[in-house]
Amino acid sequence: MFGPEQGHFALALACVLALVQFAVPLWGANRRDARLVGLAPYLAVSQLIALGYSFLCLIMCAVSDDFSVQNVAANSAVSKPLLYKITGVWGNHEGSVLLWTLILAVCGGAVSLFGRNLPDILRGRVLAILGGVSAGFQMFCLLTSDPFDRVFPAPMDGQGMNPLLQDPGLAFHPPILYTGYVGFAVPFAFAVAALIEGRVDAAWGRWVRPWAVAAWCFLTCGIALGSWWSYYVLGWGGYWFWDPVENASLIPWLTGTALVHSAIVVEKREGLKIWTVLLAIATFSFSLSGTFLVRSGILNSVHAFANDPARGVFILALLAIVIGGSLALFAWRAPSLTSTGLFSPISREGSLVLNNILLCSICAVVVTGTMYPPFMQLLAGRTISVGKPFFDAATIPLTLPLLLAMGVGTALPWKRAQLARTFSHLYAAAGIAAIGLVLCFWKLSGVLPIACGALAIWVIAASASDVLRRIGIGHTSAQGVWERMKHLPRSSWGAALAHIGAGITVLGLCGMSQAQHAIVEVHIGETRSLAGDDWTLLDVHDYIGPNYKAMQADIAIRHNGKLVTILHPEKRDFTTQSQTTTEVAIHTNFITDLYGVVGDRHGTGKDTTYVLRLHRNPLAPWMWLGGLVMAIGGAFSLSDRRMRIGAPKRAAARNMARA
Amino acid sequence: MNATRRGILTAVPIIGAGVLGVGFWRMLSDMRSGAFDPRAIKNPNVGKPIPSFAMPGLPGLGDGFTDAELKAQHRPVLVNFFASWCIPCVAEMPGLRAISRNMPIWGIAYEDKPENAAGFVQRDGSPYARVASDRHGRVAIDWGVTGVPESFLVAPGGRIIWHGSAALDPQIYEAEIRPRLAGL
Repeated sequence: MFGPEQGHFALALACVLALVQFAVPLWGANRRDARLVGLAPYLAVSQLIALGYSFLCLIMCAVSDDFSVQNVAANSAVSKPLLYKITGVWGNHEGSVLLWTLILAVCGGAVSLFGRNLPDILRGRVLAILGGVSAGFQMFCLLTSDPFDRVFPAPMDGQGMNPLLQDPGLAFHPPILYTGYVGFAVPFAFAVAALIEGRVDAAWGRWVRPWAVAAWCFLTCGIALGSWWSYYVLGWGGYWFWDPVENASLIPWLTGTALVHSAIVVEKREGLKIWTVLLAIATFSFSLSGTFLVRSGILNSVHAFANDPARGVFILALLAIVIGGSLALFAWRAPSLTSTGLFSPISREGSLVLNNILLCSICAVVVTGTMYPPFMQLLAGRTISVGKPFFDAATIPLTLPLLLAMGVGTALPWKRAQLARTFSHLYAAAGIAAIGLVLCFWKLSGVLPIACGALAIWVIAASASDVLRRIGIGHTSAQGVWERMKHLPRSSWGAALAHIGAGITVLGLCGMSQAQHAIVEVHIGETRSLAGDDWTLLDVHDYIGPNYKAMQADIAIRHNGKLVTILHPEKRDFTTQSQTTTEVAIHTNFITDLYGVVGDRHGTGKDTTYVLRLHRNPLAPWMWLGGLVMAIGGAFSLSDRRMRIGAPKRAAARNMARA
Repeated sequence: MNATRRGILTAVPIIGAGVLGVGFWRMLSDMRSGAFDPRAIKNPNVGKPIPSFAMPGLPGLGDGFTDAELKAQHRPVLVNFFASWCIPCVAEMPGLRAISRNMPIWGIAYEDKPENAAGFVQRDGSPYARVASDRHGRVAIDWGVTGVPESFLVAPGGRIIWHGSAALDPQIYEAEIRPRLAGL
């Protein structure tokens, strides 16, 4: 019922359905044949069902320890806990590609189900584009990385999973991150459909925005989760390494953030149309290229996937068709899209343009830094690496004006703003930011951290005061405030929350710039001090876990003689994979993380010493908390959009009933 | 904005994407033929004489060696930097033992406690003709080593003629090292 052969067949069936989903509605839309176009949602849902079945089969193979399946034999083992047998399905190349296409099919299904208010032709074309991309990736799956490949004879037990991946955070990281990546396929499909149709208007902006916001929320969560994972699992004390794989997720996030903002201008002012279409294409193109670069082995990354240049050639061909095709269409059709209205620089739309310029500049910096080493090696034959100093030096100066504008932007009205009036709304926020600046001078060192910290406080204060002003705090009665709160659009709440989240993240980054650490070699009972705290190694003992041997240390931390906490970092040796992992111990009070790692044991008997790594990380949890707040803000504005999209239809229905 | 200018501007993205695409395609095809390796590390000392050094040996594995002894060899020598704490080095050992049947390999234990390194080398039989200890990694800096394992092919007289930054195996020996031995 749920065997590998059924799964393989369902995958092939889904691929065929996706091809039909690509061809029929496009052809129907050209002939203006409503019946053919109307098939698109049914095809999309059937494709989703077939692919879901196929994915379920792969999960069942892993759960039932069917080691005749190559993928299960290579990545699972009888002794693996059930949760990791399931999540291990997408912890490898083949399974993750299948998950990737499944999420794409879910997006198609969602457009079919939630897109009933779209014009039929537009919906048909959007689904056709999604089907085409789906078909390409399913073919990639079937032809070069088949998750259902068999081995004969089947081994008695599997090879097990990389112990680093045996972690709940990482188990759910790929689905969330992929949903973010793949979710941008929907705005992409909308953009391509609009180019085919030759029309982009306010309605298009209103339709495309919720999809972009939804994908953006997932991508934000995915990046935050990935960064958190590298912080507490890898045990290096760092949270972002400007590694190509991390950049591959940051680049679409930056253009996606720009897209989410520029689509507002399309919706409200019918401006920035060509630009928004380009951003929609670019964001998905960057998502796709990120996947390609990581898996082809071109980029030298610590997060190594099994590299295979043959696969790389296939994906590159796929990219050439998807990205090349859409950009060629863009070059051909975009000049005919006309823009209306001129912008005054001091207005809401003006500030959104500034936001887009800055975000895209940061994106250009990250793309350059990521692509420079391989291209330098190709063209000049020299190996170089681009690291943190370049990225910090180039991105932070662009982030400063972005933060400054974030505070002002939401306070500006559309069309034309009066500066004096706008600034009168921002006095309170500016005052708080000034206090924040003093606080930053006192607590932080370095010009950039101080500037970033003060601006982050400015963003939080300005966003909060904007909402408070709109709901009439201070000049309306309690009753009136409540009424206004209810009527303030959810998108305003969402924008304020998302901006506050960004401020919190930046504060966390500023705090982390002041992190202190020490690597010490101590005997049992010895005390070392770090930034005002005394760290004492109390004891070290060995124990045996389910599939590893562990060495656990007890480290007491005292502040002015008072016990703060006892940390229990571990070092685990996984015997089957001959791999060692460190289990970091973290004590947090949400202001400061105390972070301990135990390393090697040296010597024997009385002379035994242990290497410990001690970190004091101020405001570390805020970085990920801010990401979560940003995503919640996005979800909030999403709940508003959905209602508003439905509104004209409901109004029409009401009118019909009345008539 | 007039139509021509718009046309040119909207063509910029596809031109950019095309350039990137051609670059990626070149990289991929060069990767398949072996001409492009993103993980390769270029060592500036290739073609130059070996730096001068003197290192002690490991306990139970004889004396260390100096640059003068290495220069005095009449056969090419493969110099291999390793450490007991390095997982790829463990994986490399069987390959090194196979290569050691064809040519002498001299090992240098990089940033490793001498007793650990000695135990590691002797675990399944040493592939090394001679072993020395670079306890604090000073010699490795002069050689331009960026990590372990890394290997150097040293010609008689002490000139470095090849450098590899991956774990060695008989395939790499056949493809990269043996052809170079023929010319010596």
